Amino acid sequence: MINKVVSGADEAVADIFDGAILMLGGFGLSGIPENCIAALVRKGVKNLTCISNNAGVDDFGIGLMLKQHQVKKMISSYVGENKEFERQLLSGELEVDLIPQGTLAERVRAGGAGIPAFFTPAGYGTEVAEGKEVREFEGKMYVLESWLRADFAIVKAWKGDTSGNLIFRGTARNFNPMMATAGKITIAEVEELVPVGTLDPNQIHTSGVFVKRIFQGKDYEKRIEQRTVSS
Amino acid sequence: MSLDKNGIAKRIAKELRDGIYVNLGIGIPTLVANYIPEGMNVVLQSENGLLGIGPFPKEDEVDPDLINAGKQTITYQTGASLFSSADSFAMIRGGHIDLTILGAMEVSENGDIANWKIPGKMVKGMGGAMDLVASAKNIIVAMQQVDKYGKSKMLKECSLPLTGVGCVKKIVTELGVYEVLPEGGFRLLERAPGISVEEIVAATEGKLIVGEDVPEMVI
Repeated sequence: MINKVVSGADEAVADIFDGAILMLGGFGLSGIPENCIAALVRKGVKNLTCISNNAGVDDFGIGLMLKQHQVKKMISSYVGENKEFERQLLSGELEVDLIPQGTLAERVRAGGAGIPAFFTPAGYGTEVAEGKEVREFEGKMYVLESWLRADFAIVKAWKGDTSGNLIFRGTARNFNPMMATAGKITIAEVEELVPVGTLDPNQIHTSGVFVKRIFQGKDYEKRIEQRTVSS
Repeated sequence: MSLDKNGIAKRIAKELRDGIYVNLGIGIPTLVANYIPEGMNVVLQSENGLLGIGPFPKEDEVDPDLINAGKQTITYQTGASLFSSADSFAMIRGGHIDLTILGAMEVSENGDIANWKIPGKMVKGMGGAMDLVASAKNIIVAMQQVDKYGKSKMLKECSLPLTGVGCVKKIVTELGVYEVLPEGGFRLLERAPGISVEEIVAATEGKLIVGEDVPEMVI
């Protein structure tokens, strides 16, 4: 099997260049590639376009990259929990493209699957559909949306093997599997990296074919945004 | 007396049926989960990739890898399943979710809904709302009927940017329950306890259809 293991986050992101288009997995702070985000902050790469459902919070996730003014444009469905994001947006330092969440997921999926465009009902009759082709199918109106692809897709999985097969855990899966398919180079950081042959093929969520580099991350904080408990 | 948020949630819970799959939005809709009738099997979908949301975890069960779409920690319901965001919205757009309950800033008499953007204010994004309202078989809106300035939110036409068109089927507010008619108009089905038809007329800007003897809701 092809060995895709790199030493760590710094090596994994070493060739990410200024102006690159990135996909970053995660929903809120769940399932985000913490180690690679930290490495990108250390590297100081700039003018990035980040495709990610959310934009982190002020002091964690993509928020850390925003704070260092590394992000030129965010492509997201919801960006609500971040004051610095708001400041940069209102001052015109940051561009944002807001996309319905299902359309975002499907555009990424389409990008990885070689489907350049598709029709979706989401956003018909709203400003999201402005300037886009609309078409009627069986009496209902749909909007034409195009694929999304990235120079680098950065995903986080629970377990992975040395040939890049990935298993996600809980709702930390979210956008990670589609993003893994849609990067020219896909980087996977995992909580546990095991030798090839260890994982049950029946349990693999993302096939290693999509993953170019993999490493075992460290010091996962896995921050919780809303700790809600029952008594 | 007009209903409080829990009262609205309680009334909406009466719309649930055994064996349905439901997506609950953030705010009042989330409270509906607290009033699912005993013995009724309702499966809640969370668009970040879970079917079968259980109650909030005990302190020692909190898991950062298990959150709902409001980013709150949750648990699994027995029989829960996990999937990607793409599969989640395949469920939604594919018509596999029976009911969506969500909040709104405005609803128009033809069933348009606005709930994501106020011009001049920081726009946070629509999240999954546009996909949900464009796709669900049945959409119930939970909201206050008048805003804090006393202005009706049940309108002839929405003034805010739309989330979806012609999609809302039913509205439950602090004052009443309404069906949005296919030909346009809000048909008053029930009044909140002690609320008069006159009060409801005054709180509705769009076309209101009132039959004889509109019953008080029982909650």
